Amino acid sequence: MKIKWSHIEEKFFKALMVAVTFIVLGSLFAVIGVIVFKGGRALSLSMITQTPRGGYYLGKEGGVLNAIVGSLYLGLGATALSLLFSLPIAFYLQKEYLHPRIANLVRLSLDVLWGVPSIIYGVFGFTIMLYLGLRASLLGGITALTLLEMPIMVRAMDEILKMVPNELKEASYTVGATRFETMFTVVSRQALPGIVSAVILAFGRGIGDAASIMFTAGYTDHIPHSLFDPVASLPLAVFFQLGTPFREVQERAYASAVILLVMVLLLTVSSRLLTRRAAKYVIR
Amino acid sequence: MCHIKVENLRVSYGDHTVLKDVNLTIPHNRITVIIGPSGCGKTTLLKCFNRLLELQDDVKISGNIYMDGVTIYSNRVDVTELRKKMGLLSQKPYPLPMSIYDNVAYGPRIHGIKKKNILNEIVEKNLKASGLWEEVKARLKNPASSLSIGQQQRLCLARCLAVSPEVILCDEPTSALDPFSAQKIEETLSDLKKEYTIVLVTHNLRRAKRLADYVGFIFLGELIEHGNKRIIFENPRNERTRAYISGESYL
Repeated sequence: MKIKWSHIEEKFFKALMVAVTFIVLGSLFAVIGVIVFKGGRALSLSMITQTPRGGYYLGKEGGVLNAIVGSLYLGLGATALSLLFSLPIAFYLQKEYLHPRIANLVRLSLDVLWGVPSIIYGVFGFTIMLYLGLRASLLGGITALTLLEMPIMVRAMDEILKMVPNELKEASYTVGATRFETMFTVVSRQALPGIVSAVILAFGRGIGDAASIMFTAGYTDHIPHSLFDPVASLPLAVFFQLGTPFREVQERAYASAVILLVMVLLLTVSSRLLTRRAAKYVIR
Repeated sequence: MCHIKVENLRVSYGDHTVLKDVNLTIPHNRITVIIGPSGCGKTTLLKCFNRLLELQDDVKISGNIYMDGVTIYSNRVDVTELRKKMGLLSQKPYPLPMSIYDNVAYGPRIHGIKKKNILNEIVEKNLKASGLWEEVKARLKNPASSLSIGQQQRLCLARCLAVSPEVILCDEPTSALDPFSAQKIEETLSDLKKEYTIVLVTHNLRRAKRLADYVGFIFLGELIEHGNKRIIFENPRNERTRAYISGESYL
């Protein structure tokens, strides 16, 4: 029997894709496995309900509630602020508003900003804050994270909006809709699941970043009461605890990482569930 | 009786001229069918009527189109009002990403109708006119994307009718549909000509013969001939029209 080359080709590439998928899934589970294994023993209710007490960093009692609340404040604040700026920018980049040549120039700038290492945003923010005479604070941290998140959010939204079929816009125009009505009722609904993905992507980047908030948000054992108080964060909590010479504290670093992971997971899944209803209406 | 009059219409994309000096009159409450091979400029002509063409880059339009004797190509024309008067049914149905009900109510809502009971009336009336009401009346809140493609096209027709247009422009509205759905759309269009002026573009001659009152033949961007269906189909004056209609090669 003659073996067909096209069949071998088909099998080979299928095997390749399956293998790659397993490598990616395997890596994810390896990461989760290692941090749960190393930090599982330190995970306790007091980790998520208490702020550090005296001697916490020597292995005595307390928790990382300060960092959990801090990370939520920083992540949600920066994501909300980015969303506020990103939506109009992403819409403005579409060919209905901006000449494609200029839009592409803006896209290029955003792609460069996307690639800027987050420590640069931290240093940049810190310089501005020194100039203005501000201390490391929640406000400073949110601002630096917003700078970090915005290019990601705008470009991800932009790609989604670009994919909305022209015929769908025309369908709206033909019943006498204006450009604004078309963009904000038809295009935005069609793109909604993608817009949510863009927000999640940016949020994930923001809440997990340590470098940009190291100087701008500072670190504290307390929960901030105003925008001008310094604020703790989970990535930095991991960093500081891992840097101590005590095994108990190092285990708490892994436990903090588990908490961060679970938070991101919960927020991602819940926003996905929220948009599932809207996704039913999308025209394919 | 003339509803739309096209005068020396010339359209080019960049250096490429798509329509050359088209002159055409479209009568009131009749179905005017524009026939011609693919890529000869039929869709372009249709998109000139509702000024959708000018949204594309690099398009030059000259000449004029009059509706009831008034030019539609002037700065004083409110384009959204014009498009409201000229409904379009496209080749592939594109329902909006919302429920069946909202698809029909979309047009009336943006034109300022807010009252629930008036909207309900409009939705029911137009879904009946497009022959979809019986099939969807129990699931108006379902996504439009859950309908079959034939139903989607009738939904698009209802959406178009809901803003009470004067003219319905149809761009091969049945070519993506199964024969049964296509027939339903055709029957609906024949009924609708009592109230609307219909301009239909097609390369399907049998469909043209069935539906048309008035026929125009476009070839390579030129309007070769136009007139009553009987004259065009039985006794065309132009050699190229005769060749196209009889299915001969026109080299």
